[in-house]
Amino acid sequence: MNAKRTYQITAVTAILLLLAIGLHFSGLAESQKWTLITATVIAGTPIAWKASQALRMKAFSIELLVTIAVIGALFIGEYVESAAVTFLFLFGAFLEVRTLEKTRSSLKSLIDMAPLEATVIREGETMTISIEDVIEGDRVIIRSGEKVATDGVIVTGNATVNESAITGESVPARKAIDDRVFSGSIVDNGFIEVIADRVGDDTTFAQIIELVEEAQETKSKTQKFLDRFATVYTPAIVILSILVYIFTRNIEMTLTFLVVACPGALVISAPVSIVAGIGNGARHGVLVKGGEIMENLAKVDTVVFDKTGTLTKGRPEVMDIYTVEGDENKLLRLVAEAEMISEHHLGQTIVKEAQKRGITLINQPNDAEIIEGNGVRVTIENKILTVGNRKLMAARDIVIEESIEAYAVQREKAGSTAIFAAIDGVVQGIISIADQIRPEAKEAIQELRDNGVKQVIMLTGDNRHTAELVGKQLGLDHIHSELLPEDKVAWIKQLKAAGHIVAMAGDGINDAPAIATADIGLAMGEGGTDISMETADVVLMADRLDQFSHAHALAKATILNMKQNTYFAVTTVFILLAGVLFGKVFLASGMLIHEVSVLLVILNAVRLMRYTKKERKRNIPNRVLQPE
Amino acid sequence: MKKGVFTLEPLSCPSCIKKIESALGKMEGIQEVKVLFNSSKVRTQFDEDKVTADEIQQTISKLGYPVLTQKVS
Repeated sequence: MNAKRTYQITAVTAILLLLAIGLHFSGLAESQKWTLITATVIAGTPIAWKASQALRMKAFSIELLVTIAVIGALFIGEYVESAAVTFLFLFGAFLEVRTLEKTRSSLKSLIDMAPLEATVIREGETMTISIEDVIEGDRVIIRSGEKVATDGVIVTGNATVNESAITGESVPARKAIDDRVFSGSIVDNGFIEVIADRVGDDTTFAQIIELVEEAQETKSKTQKFLDRFATVYTPAIVILSILVYIFTRNIEMTLTFLVVACPGALVISAPVSIVAGIGNGARHGVLVKGGEIMENLAKVDTVVFDKTGTLTKGRPEVMDIYTVEGDENKLLRLVAEAEMISEHHLGQTIVKEAQKRGITLINQPNDAEIIEGNGVRVTIENKILTVGNRKLMAARDIVIEESIEAYAVQREKAGSTAIFAAIDGVVQGIISIADQIRPEAKEAIQELRDNGVKQVIMLTGDNRHTAELVGKQLGLDHIHSELLPEDKVAWIKQLKAAGHIVAMAGDGINDAPAIATADIGLAMGEGGTDISMETADVVLMADRLDQFSHAHALAKATILNMKQNTYFAVTTVFILLAGVLFGKVFLASGMLIHEVSVLLVILNAVRLMRYTKKERKRNIPNRVLQPE
Repeated sequence: MKKGVFTLEPLSCPSCIKKIESALGKMEGIQEVKVLFNSSKVRTQFDEDKVTADEIQQTISKLGYPVLTQKVS
């Protein structure tokens, strides 16, 4: 029995029912009766077959209830009812599958983005092979418009790559040699060759799909409660219907009671909302790992952020170049050439800035000396360059003039690190480097507050000065600086003990203990590192904080949707049962209402699929004043 | 020990999960069964010396759930 056959049977039954209506009006009672019986048998057979299969597995199914009811209806000569019930049941199941697919469609659309084949070069020969045959170390070619088949590192070429399947970010990213690309992303424009380092089920993309699949199965508390409820409810209904029969001696009412009481809408009410919510998140680059996490995320009232890499980009940039005299690019070139030998991240930032400005670094430094943690000293173009912090200048007896010192202090107060560059013992300029606050941070924090987060706290290992500056710019409630990872854990424990529901967002590796301690741990995916994806409850794939505020708002919407569904389903069942007992609802009409309620519950969940930020922005005007 | 993933036609009733899990759970050589209701998949860990993927697929089909694809790794 496959789905297609069932649809055909449903269609045949519908035609027979229409025929029966026609026969009814032409007054051909006998033909009408046989038409109805035929319809019942045709539509009833697959139902009875499923019921018997379930019974063999010792499972109690809805099909069994319907089969009993239909046989009973035939027995008492209610052919209209029997035909209508079997038809409605099949038709309802058909609509259920169709609408359920909608709630699952975001995951399906993700899976559909999975590449099927790859072009590889093996032993100098170019060939197109199935994705399953690609092995680690293969050299994979990707042209414009093609999907990237594996995770890997670009070895030649450059391209703009659309990574929306991984990150939810629809603006294509520029990628060149040494950049990582991920399976499932699409090359918009360009040509690249990639050495595959993760293939098949190990790719980030495959892991995301597996995570989302798992997440959709893990049950929320409400769902667990409903499942327990259903296991008590079903036998209880059987006993109740026996009681109904004993008291009323009315077979039809008893059968109606039995069918109408099926917990269809009830069982499905919570899961459909969760599935739709998790699916929506996945499409926006937010992995929420399960129903229970959705529930907790919706309740969060305190959000804790790490600073470096979370509120800030975690990638220092050159903010400003100050020169005593002359061209700043010329100074930058000399300093960058000197810093070529340095492995310090500030040094590398300067080199990158020079490359970004298109400055060619031609000179190899001579007599290079690295003063660990302080700077470098090299000879370039017969000049001695000393580049580093104050300590280095003092150690080399280089005098920092008052005006330059004043400028450096001013830059430091603005949150930058000042790097002095001296040529032949005279300070010629200052390069200020700072880690920038993420551009979306302020708005995201505001959105979190608008959606009911009461306090936003920053915990950082960085110095107090920089921490306070970031805190002030973002309007955070509390800042705690110069903390070790275990101090962060202690703070979160303290907040939890004070009765707050705490979400902790960090960059996944050094914050892992704090992330694990919080009620909800969020990690920046950094394009999907294993550690962050494993420890966190929620992963922000594009490292963007507005994904966090989206996830939080989405969780609230999902839980609201789930509650609407559950209350609606429970109310419907009770009204129907009362209707049956008071003789207002009959077998066919009861079945109809029951099926309609299931569909309404699913359609309500489908609404969540379209939930976006814009929708939320329309209904947030009520800002709550934050009590201190 | 092998991992077998079977994709089914879209599942619509949560009671299907129990049916499939209990039936496969009784088969010899199957270590672990998980039915993913929302993605309509059955994930199994099985001992390839005692049972084949095709046998598992047959059992699922016999329960009334046609298997669309089978993936063993």
